[in-house]
Formats: sequence, C-alpha cells, structure tokens
Amino acid sequence: MPEAARRVLRPLAILAGLLVIWQAIQWASQAPPYILPGPLAVGEVLLTRWPQLLDHAWVTFAEILLGLGLGLLLGAVSALLIASFRPMRRWLLPVLVVSQAIPVFALAPILVVWLGYGMASKVVMATLIIYFPVTSAFFDGLRRTEPGWLDLARTMGGRRGRVLWHLRVPAALPALGSGLRVATAVAPIGAVVGEWVGSSAGLGYLMLQANARMQVDQMFAALFVLAVFAVGLYFTVDRLVRRAVPWQAEER
Amino acid sequence: MTQSDRPAGTRGGARVYPFPDRRTARPAAEPPDSPGVRVRGAQLAFDGVQLFDRLDLDLAGGEITCLLGPSGVGKTSLLRLIAGLADAAEGRVSDPQGQPLHGKLAYMAQQDLLLPWLSARANVLLGPRLRGQTVTRAMRAQADALLDRVGLADAATARPGALSGGMRQRVALARTLMEDRQIVLMDEPFAGLDAITRYELQALAAELLAGRTVLLVTHDPLEALRLGHRIRVLAGRPARLDDSVGAPPGAPPRPADQVADRQGALLDRLAAAKRAQREAGDA
Repeated sequence: MPEAARRVLRPLAILAGLLVIWQAIQWASQAPPYILPGPLAVGEVLLTRWPQLLDHAWVTFAEILLGLGLGLLLGAVSALLIASFRPMRRWLLPVLVVSQAIPVFALAPILVVWLGYGMASKVVMATLIIYFPVTSAFFDGLRRTEPGWLDLARTMGGRRGRVLWHLRVPAALPALGSGLRVATAVAPIGAVVGEWVGSSAGLGYLMLQANARMQVDQMFAALFVLAVFAVGLYFTVDRLVRRAVPWQAEER
Repeated sequence: MTQSDRPAGTRGGARVYPFPDRRTARPAAEPPDSPGVRVRGAQLAFDGVQLFDRLDLDLAGGEITCLLGPSGVGKTSLLRLIAGLADAAEGRVSDPQGQPLHGKLAYMAQQDLLLPWLSARANVLLGPRLRGQTVTRAMRAQADALLDRVGLADAATARPGALSGGMRQRVALARTLMEDRQIVLMDEPFAGLDAITRYELQALAAELLAGRTVLLVTHDPLEALRLGHRIRVLAGRPARLDDSVGAPPGAPPRPADQVADRQGALLDRLAAAKRAQREAGDA
C-alpha cells in the first residue's frame, strides 16, 4: 500500500476501532443514554443540531486562534528581549516563572470579572497558557547558538543587531517551532476553561448548558467538534513550522 | 527516504562539482604586502597547568606558517588568541609595527560553519551582511566568481544540507576569500575530509591564498610539508615553538612525492613531542 493511502487509512481505522469499543461498552454496561450515549446518538445530534454547534464552535475557534497569535507574538518578543539585554533577563525571567507558577485555572474567575463574559477574557486565558512554552523554547534556542557561528561572526566584525537577526534568530527558529507545537496542543484548554467559568457563547458554554440538563449526547457532540478542530489546528501548525524551517529536514 | 533527504548533487542523474582546473585557479586579488603577525608574551593556564608561558610567535608577511603539535598543547588557543577569540589565553597581538590586527583577519575552522538556512552564495556573503553593509550587485557577482573559483558555480543556490563535506568546506573557503583579508587563520580546515578531497582542497587553498599571511593549524605532517613556507612545532610543557624541521624547497602547494623524505623527520619530531607531553603529564 502506498505511504499516502496508509497515512489516511491509519487514523480512520483508529477512529473506527474506538467507535466500535464505545458502542460495545454501551451495550455491555446497559448504561442509560443520559449517562453514556452511544456513538449513533451523538452522530444524530451532530447531524440535527450542527448549525447551533457551528455557531458556538466559531467563537471558541476564534478565541483559540487569537490567543495563539497573541501568545506567539508576546512570547517571541519577550524571548528576544530577554536574550538580547542582560539586565532584562534579571527582571523578566522571574516574572516568566511566576506567570507559569500560578495555574491559569485559578486566574480564570478574576479574568472574567475584569474582562467580562465576552471573548476578551478567554483570549487572555489562551494567550497566558501559550505564552510560556513559546517564550521558554525560543529563549532556549536563542541562547544555544552554535558557538562556532558566533566566533565567525566576531572575526567578521558583525554588528550585534545584525548577528541577532541574521544568525541567532534563524538558528532558534526550530526551537520556536517546537514551542509553538506544544502551545498549539494546550491552547484549547485556556479557551474552554474560560468559557466554563463564565460566558454566553462557545463550545465550553454549550457543554456546561448541556451538562446541567443531562444532555450528555450534546456534550459529546461539542467535545467531538472541539477535538476535530484541535487536531486539525495541530497538524496545520506542524506543517507550517516544517515549511518555515526546511533546512531541518535536509540536515542529518 | 524522501526526495528532499537526498543531496541535490545526485538528484536527476549524477551531477558533480569538479575541482577547478589548476591553471584557472589563480590567487584572489593579490593583496598588497600582507603584514606579518607578532605575538608577544602569550600565556595560557588551564586547571592550574601552565600550557604555555611567555611564548613569542612571529608570522612572516605573505607566507603560510603551519603550526603542528600534539593534541592539547594549545595550538588552537594560540590561533584563537590571534583571532581575538581568546577564552583564557592572554598575550599581545599586533603586526610587526605594533599596530592592532583589527579588521585584517579572516577565520576558517574545522567545521565549515555554514548557515544551513542560507544558499551557498548567501553564505559567502555572510560577512557583509553581518556588518550591516548593503549587498550590492557587484558583491553578488564577486561571490559567484569566488564560487566559480572553488568549482561550485552551479551550486550557488544550493543549501549546505545538499552539499557534501568537501563541497561545504569549499564554500567556506570562498566565504573566507570574500572577506578579502590580508591575514587568514585556519584551524584544521581540512581535517574532516577524506584523503583525496583533502589533497585537492589543499592545492586549491594554497593557490587562492597565495600572497596572504596564513596561519594553518594542522595535525597532518603531509599537509604542513605541502603547504607551509615555514613549519613550527609547538611542544613541551610549558610549550615552546620549534622549527627544527624546515619546509621543503619550492613554492606551495608542493607535490606529495617531493615532500615524502621530510615526512619521516617531521613525524619523528611530533612523536617525540607527544612522548614528552605524556611523561610531563605523569610527573
């Protein structure tokens, strides 16, 4: 079988296997549908209520994407500042560690109080969760420039800013890429937790409402949409990162 | 293995990048009167051991000086001191008139130090770019001419990952020549290459670097005898310079068979130096 076909069929086979196990558990346990709905029931919700699901999904997706963009921007700028100005390091690094030591979940209620029930509080949540992996990975990359390259730059009489931009930043892009991958995987957490704490729209809001009404099949449907989006986002980012650092594949 | 893993040189039939014809490889823009290099009172202590102390070194202007010696004797430290990259070594470095060497040096290491995200041409143009100069069309033409000199005219747009070790080191040589400095410091630049490639690259480098003041640190006696106008052995603890084995007659690059008779003497000298170093270490 060609590699391309295998790459498509493998996840489909995994999905089908999981669905079969799910259905089997439901039959065997005889659980009532308000505890564990079968895949068919969830599929029915997806089919009949997709306009409502999609409306809420767009809100959550927008929060995640905005948070990802903002977190990437802030993280990259912070890492550049920390890496290029030594005094900055002493001031910013502790802030960075503290920002990560406080669980975002604990901050969520405060953020909702400050920024309201709208998207802003969720975007900030997602940004906070993304900021740290991006900053630390990029900073690490900037700090570990191949010493030989820096020696060469010094004998060439390279200027600090130029060496940073033409040498240290591109050299750190693979590290930034892996930080971004981690960030993409955790980004949905920030948005959904924010929606749970207080919101009027989004997949998290939909799940909370469905939960209160024991509409477990609708919760599963929302979860499914979120999972499909998260996986799609991860692979898109992964592909973009690969395209941005093509020399990584050529190496070795 | 996907298509992108394969070096570009082998894609679509065997494409090779031959070494340039010996007659066409002329020195790059003859530098007028390359100054010599004077090192005075160099010293280096490592873990409380004095590797060298009050060491003096003179490089004659416009000549290739080969520096040999056992591993760990401090050859690279000495070269880095001259390059202004000293980590621990100290000493006064100047030209024979006592003027600083700032801006007159180019440096080439054992690793090619090519940036993997840049094409061969962009790598050759790294110096101007890092100094903040605008890369002009003339500079680009010069870079292409230098790539042509090292036999890589067709590889100008290839990334280093698609080139073989020997090709990459030739790009590094072109980058060194692009800097057009009167003094060139080379730290085992051919050590990682196979014997044939090394042999060809030595000849190419000697021709292209003619007229410049070169310090070549090497482990290879044959390389030193082929390329050096002068041969210095760094040995002992604290290390001293010794030029008891003279360079063979004739201008570098010398054919291997003309230097074979001196290779034995130089090897004996290096073996003695290594023995002495081992005994000093035991004491």
